[in-house]
Amino acid sequence: MRGLLAMLVGIAVGCGASVVKAADAAAEHFGIPQVKYINEQVAAGWADAALPPSPAATDGEWCRRVHLDLIGRIPSVDELRGFLADKSPTKRAELVARLLGDDYVDEYARHWTDVWTTVLIGRDVANERVNRPGMRQYLRRAFSKNIPYDQFMEQLVTATGANANRKDVDGFNGATNFLSGKMEEMGVENGVQATAKTAQIFLGLQVQCTQCHNHPFNKGKQNQFWELNAFFRQARALRKRGGTDDVQWVELIDEDFAGEGGNPEEAELYYELRNGLMKVAYPVFVDGTEISKSGYLPATLEDGTRYGANRRRELAQLIKASPFFAKAAVNRIWAHFFGYGFTKPIDDLGEHNPPSHPELLDGLAERFREQSFDLKELARWLVLSRPYALSSRSTAANDGDEPSLGEKPKFTHAYLRQMQAEELYESLMTATQADRTARSEDAAKKKDAWLSQFVIAFGTDEGDDATTFNGSIPQVLMMFNGEMIQNATSTGKGGFLDTVASSPMSNAAKIETLYMAALARKPVSSELSIANRIVAAKKGDVIGALQDVWWAVLNSNEFIIKH
Amino acid sequence: MSRFIDLPAGMSRRHFMNHMAGAAALAAPATAFTNSILANATDMRKRHKAAILLWMGGGPSTMDIWDLKPGAATGGPFKQIATTADGVAISEHMPLMAKQMHHMAIVRSMSTREADHMRGRYYMHTGYVPSPNVEHPSYGAVIAHELADQVPGLEIPPFVSVGSGSVGPGFLGMTWAPFVVDSNGNVRNLDMGVEPARLAQRMEMLATIEKRFIGERRGGSADDHAKVLDKTVKLMTSPQMEAFKVMKEPKDMQERYGATGFGRGCLMARRLVEMGVPFVEVDLGGWDNHANIFPTLQNQKLPELDKAMSGLVADLADRGMLDDTVVIWMGEFSRTPNINGGGGRDHWARSWSCVVGGGGFKRGVVVGETSSDGKEVVSEAYSSQDLMASVLKAVGVSLETTFTAKNGRPMKIANSGKVIKELFA
Repeated sequence: MRGLLAMLVGIAVGCGASVVKAADAAAEHFGIPQVKYINEQVAAGWADAALPPSPAATDGEWCRRVHLDLIGRIPSVDELRGFLADKSPTKRAELVARLLGDDYVDEYARHWTDVWTTVLIGRDVANERVNRPGMRQYLRRAFSKNIPYDQFMEQLVTATGANANRKDVDGFNGATNFLSGKMEEMGVENGVQATAKTAQIFLGLQVQCTQCHNHPFNKGKQNQFWELNAFFRQARALRKRGGTDDVQWVELIDEDFAGEGGNPEEAELYYELRNGLMKVAYPVFVDGTEISKSGYLPATLEDGTRYGANRRRELAQLIKASPFFAKAAVNRIWAHFFGYGFTKPIDDLGEHNPPSHPELLDGLAERFREQSFDLKELARWLVLSRPYALSSRSTAANDGDEPSLGEKPKFTHAYLRQMQAEELYESLMTATQADRTARSEDAAKKKDAWLSQFVIAFGTDEGDDATTFNGSIPQVLMMFNGEMIQNATSTGKGGFLDTVASSPMSNAAKIETLYMAALARKPVSSELSIANRIVAAKKGDVIGALQDVWWAVLNSNEFIIKH
Repeated sequence: MSRFIDLPAGMSRRHFMNHMAGAAALAAPATAFTNSILANATDMRKRHKAAILLWMGGGPSTMDIWDLKPGAATGGPFKQIATTADGVAISEHMPLMAKQMHHMAIVRSMSTREADHMRGRYYMHTGYVPSPNVEHPSYGAVIAHELADQVPGLEIPPFVSVGSGSVGPGFLGMTWAPFVVDSNGNVRNLDMGVEPARLAQRMEMLATIEKRFIGERRGGSADDHAKVLDKTVKLMTSPQMEAFKVMKEPKDMQERYGATGFGRGCLMARRLVEMGVPFVEVDLGGWDNHANIFPTLQNQKLPELDKAMSGLVADLADRGMLDDTVVIWMGEFSRTPNINGGGGRDHWARSWSCVVGGGGFKRGVVVGETSSDGKEVVSEAYSSQDLMASVLKAVGVSLETTFTAKNGRPMKIANSGKVIKELFA
């Protein structure tokens, strides 16, 4: 087994020795105590379950994986060859530092903007109260500057201002788009979605079912939902039409909340029990902390007395202090890098849903808080950890560790993950060396249009949607025959295939280039012999032959699956 | 549209197959690909069991459609009218369905607990409440899985969803995933635009890469991908794709179902079932009527539903297909008997109706009863799993079937639901 692996490694990257060294360095945790902690905790889980880990991934696999996870695309041929040729024992830490550093800041921000746009506002483009470019603009800036996660949450939860960046509108704040589309349902402005999504995303708590009833199997009570909802009752999303019939933008504001009983000093709201009785609710956080019942925004009387409270700002402070805040963040980010979080779903940390690694989840959350909620540091710890560096090939001894079968993940090997639609898009751009300078708003629109084919709307008023880039037949057809793949495999002058075909390389080297560009490895002999047969059959039409090989490579499981 | 379909029948396809012989069969069984080609087209037209689910996304108010409470404070403004089923009355805004009710059965004693859209959608599609540990297969996946063998020559996917995508195959795997099309029957990207020999060459190259990766024990999703590739190639070259071309129906037939998306979807469902597809789901959304429910139902939702559903039931009956084809009508839940301040109804799962017909079901009956205000079921209450068990019985699927989930645990079909005995003679 060991011999076979070494051979494969040798074939795949042509440099077996550096893999071993890098693996040693990984075992030494690169001198980062948090990485050491992760390694120890995950290894303890292996020992408990008597499941030994798989061997390390090859340098090529790891390099591809870390590019996809940190900057949302596969490495270019040059990036890959540079990394493989590097003999430094700490080259993995150096690559991660580069990907998290200034050189890649735009790509890093683009990728995490994609990830968080989906988390915060979904992929549905139909909601007129959400301005996607505005949301993106905010997120790009936030991730370019790597603002701490607590500030990020606070900016989103407390945002006020116009949600669209327009010449005729003052006070643009793209962060308002998180809540601008969640304040109103069917003409009722009650912030129900804002409540549910804020709890889900930033606290890992599923409260939406308790809107209507006490939860049948967790501790959620109906009053808790409405008491949390009370924090959003000063917020209003005003539709602005700018002289037209359509909503052009939304202004999110805070204003005094008079209360449904008409007494702003104790501004309450009412909700209906299932038996039809009405109950009253004031702002109370999920841990029972009460804030002022006043519906007034903070102000000072002439005599200097201060009164009132900004309920959303109070809420942000309570979220920040909650242990669930850091845990929910760590769980989400872990799932981003490993395919599975410590709980499934990742945004349900309720007591009824115990995590796979409770101590590690708590410990990482604590360290994330100590590190001032620095998202890049958290990412660095995860990608430099030993479990992240494992091969996706299971062994006879650990193939029982398969969370897709419903078991809790043990992280004994890397789990296969379907590329996200955005990652596929960017990876095709990279593989075909598409012009990266043409990155205007037009390009973003083109990308959005392409992505919209994966969105399914469910016909409800809550705008539920799911993105199903899941390898179904329509998606295979898209990869077989769609416009995107036709462009990627185009033989046009100056394009990728033309560049490769007209280079002075041998045919074998040309085929190898295609493999490196898409799969981060060289072809094996069985693949080369078929590719050579195709070249021979084409009788000198090298670019046509390369086109067929390239089409096959881009359609392979190995290309579209993160492994 | 695929060039392969337009080529003269027979020759081109055989020609293509010769090219493909070495390249096909990315996934086991290797012979499936060629076997299906050899199947005689007339075999497909043989009688087979099938089911069509009319899915009402958003949660339709069944007490304004199938179980009216005229005169009650909760009853709303709609009147009821007599139907062709003895003693069965339904909404005055369903006049065409009223003429078809002798084919159908209303279950007025559904009582469920899931009043959240996504949870209710999952529960009503699978018979299970959502679980963090296992994804359960939906109606379409279960029925396709159980009935696919009866039409061995079927090249189009056995589970087609027209509209918004249904619920997935869960642990049964991507092979049984819904094939989603729009109501015009458009299948995007069907044509590669290269000659068959070239496609065959590409597939051979692709098969080599796939096989190597699958052979490296990286888990099931690599294998699943190869299986879907195989089906896709089959689809690209299949003359059966004609079944999706709903606009090729005669004008009067299109008119019978109504010139709406849902009408076209229902007509396509009939074409697909004729071609041998065992399960089709057609979606009609827009039932989440928290405000202004009555004008919305009267002017928009019910006319569209009435026309298309009655067209489907009558057409199936006329063609002698209804004895083998079960029709199911349901949403994720229903709406509150109480009418809210906005003139709407909110989510309600405690007492509501579903409608079934065809296959082995008893015709022209009503099962169960709700209280005079519609707030309680006053007869034996039925669950999603009971309805699912009944539908499976009506299409001839054994309720003794037990699946093995990917984690090795046995899973009883339809979550061990009990057949609603009043639905059977």
